[in-house]
Formats: sequence, structure tokens, C-alpha cells
Amino acid sequence: MDIKISTKNLNLYYGQNHALKDVNIEIEAGKITALIGPSGCGKSTYLKTLNRMNDLVEGVKITGEILLEGENIYDPKVDVTILRKKVGMVFQKPNPFPMSIYDNIAYGPRVHGIKNRSDLDEIVENSLKGAALWEEVRDRLKKSALGLSGGQQQRLCIARAIAVSPEVILMDEPTSALDPISTTKIEDLMSELKKKYTVVIVTHNMQQAVRISDRTAFFLLGEMVEFGKTEDLFSMPKDKRTEDYITGRFG
Amino acid sequence: MRNKFDIELEDLNLDLIRMGARAEQTITKVVKVIENCDEAGAREIIEDDDLVDAMARQIESRSMKLIMKQQPVAKDLRIISTALKMITDIERICDQASDISEITLSVCKEITIPRPQHISKMGRTTAQMVHMAVDSYVHRDMGLAEEVIGMDNEVDRLYDVVKTELLDMAIEDREKIDQIVDFLMIAKYLERIGDHAENIAEWAVFSETGVHKDRRIL
Repeated sequence: MDIKISTKNLNLYYGQNHALKDVNIEIEAGKITALIGPSGCGKSTYLKTLNRMNDLVEGVKITGEILLEGENIYDPKVDVTILRKKVGMVFQKPNPFPMSIYDNIAYGPRVHGIKNRSDLDEIVENSLKGAALWEEVRDRLKKSALGLSGGQQQRLCIARAIAVSPEVILMDEPTSALDPISTTKIEDLMSELKKKYTVVIVTHNMQQAVRISDRTAFFLLGEMVEFGKTEDLFSMPKDKRTEDYITGRFG
Repeated sequence: MRNKFDIELEDLNLDLIRMGARAEQTITKVVKVIENCDEAGAREIIEDDDLVDAMARQIESRSMKLIMKQQPVAKDLRIISTALKMITDIERICDQASDISEITLSVCKEITIPRPQHISKMGRTTAQMVHMAVDSYVHRDMGLAEEVIGMDNEVDRLYDVVKTELLDMAIEDREKIDQIVDFLMIAKYLERIGDHAENIAEWAVFSETGVHKDRRIL
């Protein structure tokens, strides 16, 4: 098994609130790992630790290690900007910048020093193709991204994430604000994305986790209760709490 | 508090148990039909076959609606898929009991050959298999289910004995070939009922373990 991210004894506190308790997860390269659990269980908090988004929260304290290809991302020497280039993120609500489709995609590469027009053109085209959006927007690249539909905006955000050539893409409920057709498009896209990237997704949609992910981790009250192959976890869960949650009998 | 889905699953389970109980009654009755040429019993079995078919359709409909509404996983999915698989076997058991009854009604009128010695034992063994298979599902008794699966060899053996007995009769007296073939068919139906009982036991095991015939399928 090729491990991309290794989480060891991770604890996270928001002040007095012990939000993640001794979490240990090995995220496999080139696979989709789904994080499931009820609201407030710590799954999104865990997702955000993977590119240090929690650093921005006041009073947060983190112990333990997260190793990205063997390197501890919480090492003080780590450049967080470079980390976030390697580990990109797509959020629940599509959040295109109020600029053109082209500039949305070119934004990241420009920040990372790419200025050459033809290089940028190539990145924009490849990223939009990679996010299965190119055919729909190729004739309106200079138009505002805000004019796209919700599903298109979310694919634009995915294109923006892949424009900086990340290794890992984190997705926080990426389809919860989308209609079923757009959701299917994003799900189809994800199975393409994992050929190039390692994907970690938080989802409240059990069926989505079953459909798209290779491995699933179930979180409850800050604890990672069970982690395994998605097929096994949804057919024969080992922990009764997992069974209760996935069959809707939780609480 | 039990949620609506739990109640619906329990209703489905009760339907399945009722249908299994019906198969048990039918097979018990068919053994008497074979042993005593019970014409009234045979007619009841034939008439009740439609009822069993209706029960199967009801369970199918309940199961499919639950899949549509609840998108079940884990144990819930095993319960529903077990119901869908098991009703086919229960329905076949009752169909074959009905076929045996029809043959018996025609053969009983002019029976001139001795009834094969082991056919009664075959009937009783298959009836026992059906009882035990349904019980293994109702009580989630995996040991009992395994026992049923083992018993099928005995039914197969008895079928071979009955078949040899009937072939010997056929060699001796070709005039009575019609009756001999009728009994051979009854024996074959009993042998198939044994197979269906074995299937029920295998699905009972699956329902608890996700394993069917030594292979994990869910």
C-alpha cells in the first residue's frame, strides 16, 4: 500500500474543547478516502488539519504528527504556502473569485510565479479539461465566473485547485449545495481525479461515500471509530457505533 | 424509540416468517398426500398455491420499496436481499408440492404398483429440512442452518435409492411405466424441495454473516 498521508496520534483542541482524540489514519495515494460522521464529530476539523487550515483558528492546539510522504507538515520549518499548493482544497459552497473564468484558474499559478501567457493558457485549458468543464466554457473564458451555474462553479473550483498541480485534493462536502445532475458530474470527475491525485472528501451523503470512495473513516465525538475499505465498512462494519450510524439508527 | 424503517423491516421479516410457515405446513401436508393418497389435502395444496404466490409478490414489493426509500446498507441490506432471495425458494417449494399433489391425484385413482419403500422417508426428511431451514432463519441459528445444508446429501441418496427401486420395477413390468414415471417425478420434486430448503438455510447464514456458500458477497 502506497501511503500518501500518515496521521499519528493526532489530538486537536479548540481551547478546552478536545475536538480530535488520538486519530490515526493512513491515507492511501491515488485513492479516494471518505470521512463520515454526524455534525460536530471532527471529520471536517481533521480534513482541515491536512493542509493546516486550522492554524488560522485562534486558540487551537495540535499534538501528534501528520506526515505527507514522510515529512511532518507541522514541523516549524514547513512553508505553509507550499504545503497548501501540494494539498489543495475545495469547499462546500463554490467560491469562485469575482473575476473571469480564466483569471480564476490562472490565479494560483500566477501567485506561484508563472507569468508566461502561453504557459498560463496551457494550464487553464488543462485544468478546465481536468475538471470536465472545458467544453462548456472554452468560448467564454473572459466572462465572469460568477455567471456559471452552481455545478459549473464547483467544477471551476476543482479546476482552480488542480491548476497548481497539487498532490492531494481535500473536499469538504463538495456536492451538498448542488443538484443531482451536477452532483453526478462531480462524482464522475472524482474517479478521474484519483488517477492523478489523492483525494480526501468529507461527505454527509452515505450513498456518495459508497459510490465514490475506496476507503472510509467514521468519526464520532472527535474519535476515529472505524477505518477500512468502503465496501467492508458499509457491508460488515466492525463497530456497532458505525453500524448504527450508517444504517441511520444513531442517537 | 424505534424508527419507521425498523418497523418496516420487522413487518418484512414477519411476512417472510409467515411465508416460511406456509411452506412448512404445505410440505407436511404433501408428505401425508404421498403416504395416504390424501386427495382432499392434495386439492388444498393446489388451491393454496396462489396464496403463496401472492405472499411472494407482497414481499417483493415491500422489499423493493424499502430499497428505493431507504437505500439500505450493512445488516439492513442483508435482511432485504435475504427476503428477496428466500421467497424464490419458498415459492418453488410450494409450487413443487402443488405439482406432487397433481400427480398424486391422478396416480392415486389407479395405483397398482407398490409405493416405493423409501419415498416416505424421503418426504419426511425433506419436510424436516424445510422446518429446520425456516427455523434457522427465524432464530438466527447458524448451527441449525449448517445441519440443513448437510442433510441434502441424505435426500440425494434417498432419491437414488427410490430411483433404482422404480427402475427395477420398470424392467420387470413395462406395462406400469406410467405409474413408475409418476413416482419418479414425485421423488424428483422432493429432491428439488430438499435443494430449496438447503438454499433457504444458505440465505439464513448470509443474512447473519454476509457469507453465501463460503464466499463473502456482502
